[in-house]
Amino acid sequence: MTKLSRREFIRDGVAAFTVSFAAPAFLNDIALAQGARSRSLVVVYLGGGNDALSTVVPYQDPFYFSRRPAIAIPAGQVLQIGSDANRRALGLHPRLTGVREIFNQGRLAVVQRTGYANSSRSHFEGTDIWGTADPGSPSGVGWLGRYLDTLPSPVDALAGWSATGETPRALVSRTVSVPSIPNAATYSLSSPNGAAEALNERNAATRMASYAPPHRPQLSFVNGSVRGALNTLDRVASVNTYVPSLTYPNNGFALALRTIAGSIVRGIGTRVYWVQTGGFDTHSGQGNAGVGAYANLMGTFGDGLFAFYNDLRNQGLLNDTLVLQFSEFGRRISENGSQGTDHGAAGVMMAMGGGVRGGIFGTAPSLDPTPTNPTLENNGADVRYETDFRSVYAKVLDGWLGADSVAILGGDFRAGSPAII
Amino acid sequence: MARGSSQVEHLLRRAAFGPIGADLSRLAALPAPVLTTQLLDYEFQPDDIDSKIGNSEYVGITTRGQFSPNTSIEDARQRWLFRMVHSQRPLQEKMTLFWHNHFATAYSKVAGVVGAVQATKMMALKAGELPGPQGQIELLREHALGNFRNLLIEIAKDPAMVVWLDGRTNVRARPQENFAREVMELFTFGVGNYTEEDVYAAARVFTGWNLRNATGGVATDPATYYEFFYNPNQHDLTAKTFTFPIYRDGGRTIPARAAADGMQDGFDLLTALANHPETARRLARKLWGFFVSELEAPDPAFVTAVANEYLLNRTEMKPVVRFILRSPWFLDSDKWYARFSWPVEFVVRAIREVGWNGFSIDTARTPLVNMGQSLFEPPDVNGWALGPGWFSTGAMLARMNFSSTLAANQRFNLGRAAASYRGAAEDVRDFFLDRLSPAPFEREPSADLLAYLNAGGAWTGSDAQLNAKSAGLAKLIVGSSEYQFI
Repeated sequence: MTKLSRREFIRDGVAAFTVSFAAPAFLNDIALAQGARSRSLVVVYLGGGNDALSTVVPYQDPFYFSRRPAIAIPAGQVLQIGSDANRRALGLHPRLTGVREIFNQGRLAVVQRTGYANSSRSHFEGTDIWGTADPGSPSGVGWLGRYLDTLPSPVDALAGWSATGETPRALVSRTVSVPSIPNAATYSLSSPNGAAEALNERNAATRMASYAPPHRPQLSFVNGSVRGALNTLDRVASVNTYVPSLTYPNNGFALALRTIAGSIVRGIGTRVYWVQTGGFDTHSGQGNAGVGAYANLMGTFGDGLFAFYNDLRNQGLLNDTLVLQFSEFGRRISENGSQGTDHGAAGVMMAMGGGVRGGIFGTAPSLDPTPTNPTLENNGADVRYETDFRSVYAKVLDGWLGADSVAILGGDFRAGSPAII
Repeated sequence: MARGSSQVEHLLRRAAFGPIGADLSRLAALPAPVLTTQLLDYEFQPDDIDSKIGNSEYVGITTRGQFSPNTSIEDARQRWLFRMVHSQRPLQEKMTLFWHNHFATAYSKVAGVVGAVQATKMMALKAGELPGPQGQIELLREHALGNFRNLLIEIAKDPAMVVWLDGRTNVRARPQENFAREVMELFTFGVGNYTEEDVYAAARVFTGWNLRNATGGVATDPATYYEFFYNPNQHDLTAKTFTFPIYRDGGRTIPARAAADGMQDGFDLLTALANHPETARRLARKLWGFFVSELEAPDPAFVTAVANEYLLNRTEMKPVVRFILRSPWFLDSDKWYARFSWPVEFVVRAIREVGWNGFSIDTARTPLVNMGQSLFEPPDVNGWALGPGWFSTGAMLARMNFSSTLAANQRFNLGRAAASYRGAAEDVRDFFLDRLSPAPFEREPSADLLAYLNAGGAWTGSDAQLNAKSAGLAKLIVGSSEYQFI
């Protein structure tokens, strides 16, 4: 039936084995039918509320320096990317050299002032709002989960792939339990026994997880996770042998991107990936001028993204991949007393990929603290949104994934969509 | 070895870390209400469990040089897991875990600021073992069933919390909102009960709540320690007005005060937050999920009753938890196995039920990371994503693999334990289902277990078969969906 290979390892003085199987042919068929080697979306979440004004810097705004005397990045250090429609000069954070290179190649779109009305300053509510695309009732299934629900049934178990430790709200779906696989190498099944017995155990576990007793939905749910694991082990194992075309930085974010690149190159058929990097809740000690905590965050983000970009380009898969970056909110304009910034409102989104129409979309805020300043809110303390984040989602759903954004988002947000694709 | 009262087992799964044979034979004579009292009034039980670490009758630890649970976070994790496996005060450990999730503080950020030695001390120092204030977990343990208002005030002054939510940098000229926001959003009454203006006012309340290096020593010296320090020069002296009552007379303004008296601002605000009816209701809802059920939304009558109990008892937690454990909601047999186990609960229960002789608790460390719960390392200040959130495929795979590791380690012990049932495969299966006490197996998966015992050759009960199949069966049961509920 299947070819069995085994790798012995010793733990606690007792031999244990990892089993792996060649992927059953029908699973590959499902993957192909659902578009292996077709387009994929990689969502990058910057966790904690990214200080967008330090990512894309309006470095000629006179209030930028007066409101941020300790953390402002000097004009001479930003990586200039030109001006927006209001002729406000913009520059990327000095650690985003790779991202600027992508911008220069016309493959990066920057969407300024993204958000929604009455922005939540809570990490958790904010994350749920971005995850569900529903500021009014941010619970239940996610916007990407609802997209997966529209795929032809049965939805492939790897149609979504979370490369972080848990499945985010955005990928919670009705029809498929999206696996979380940060590292393909540890995604394997072990046994207390040798090969033949290990196979017996796996067969038994597979059968035991095959039931969905209607009166025990919680049990059915966990059985779904077991099935999700057992059904995906073998295909995920094929990613282990992926050798990237370059060396990725050695951190969790970059290694998750490497795993995703491997999955894309191996043609696993995943439509939507999720990856995140945290630490953006910079209430204190952001640093300035390209050094310090925020610079390190930008280094992690930018260097990882640049490696991913180049790897995909080298593999000829850049045109099949779209990266969409967001964070749950931007931060307050004025720095606080600890060289940090507190929770704010609108932020910045970025899109990257071969199909992206590069450039600057939306306009920068004026940082003039006058309460009547229309680009700000909260008495001039925070940036007011200009582009509803759901209109960016709509563009991605309609223009990239070929889905119906109106049905998925529960409303028509096409009107204000920036033409990033 | 038929089990005793199902009600006792339910209690031991929820208010302790799972029933094991030794407990049940010791406790079999006790009616559930007596056992409840014994669990709650844990101060009458011995508190000497740490002295058993290293004793071969208990689960092992792994040392790297000297065992240093006060200065090495990995050893602090081992010590806490050891306590959970063996403590004679399990409800105290259980509530400590509850508060660790409620006041979620992550070691890694603290270590990034003050270094590994000081950060471990701030998280886990056991009072008296090294100079300095007790660590946050010991504080939570001290107040596990104590007074919530007092705990809230102690937490606001806790060095790890002061680092974690940036209190060090909250100064008069530039108030810092991190702690101010989270104390309202997450530690007390929750979103919807305060405004952005309240956050600004609360930030000013806590200006000057800081830390200092009490010894002046270097951070790497275990004798060096930090302590809470109120800096009157950095306290905002002006009045602070809120949208909710601070005082019993309904007053919403904390008056302007002299710098020397400025800490009273914080005491007033924290007391008001602890006594707020919405805090009572929010705690009631969290306790519903922790003790009663994650399969049903909190019963409004339960929330009202528990909130009343909390307010009537002036924020004392022991009467609240006693009320819950004796309530019809808790005792309802529909609530058995109605809670998704946390990874730490799963690991501790598995070790207790499968066995620990020759097993090191440190073996669970990396698997716990993969299951999504490393002690002292909640993902953020909101704590862990509970309930179904624990059961991503990768995390479930980690649980299955831990069951495999544990079963492999215990194979001979398991084989010996099952030896007297070796005559029939059914008896071996029933023995393990009884010993490991998963939620009920339906007919089909139960038959699958039997088919497993007969797979690869008919059942003979030989030593080799018994050992291999005992380990495989323990792995399958502990790694089953049924086992993930408590």
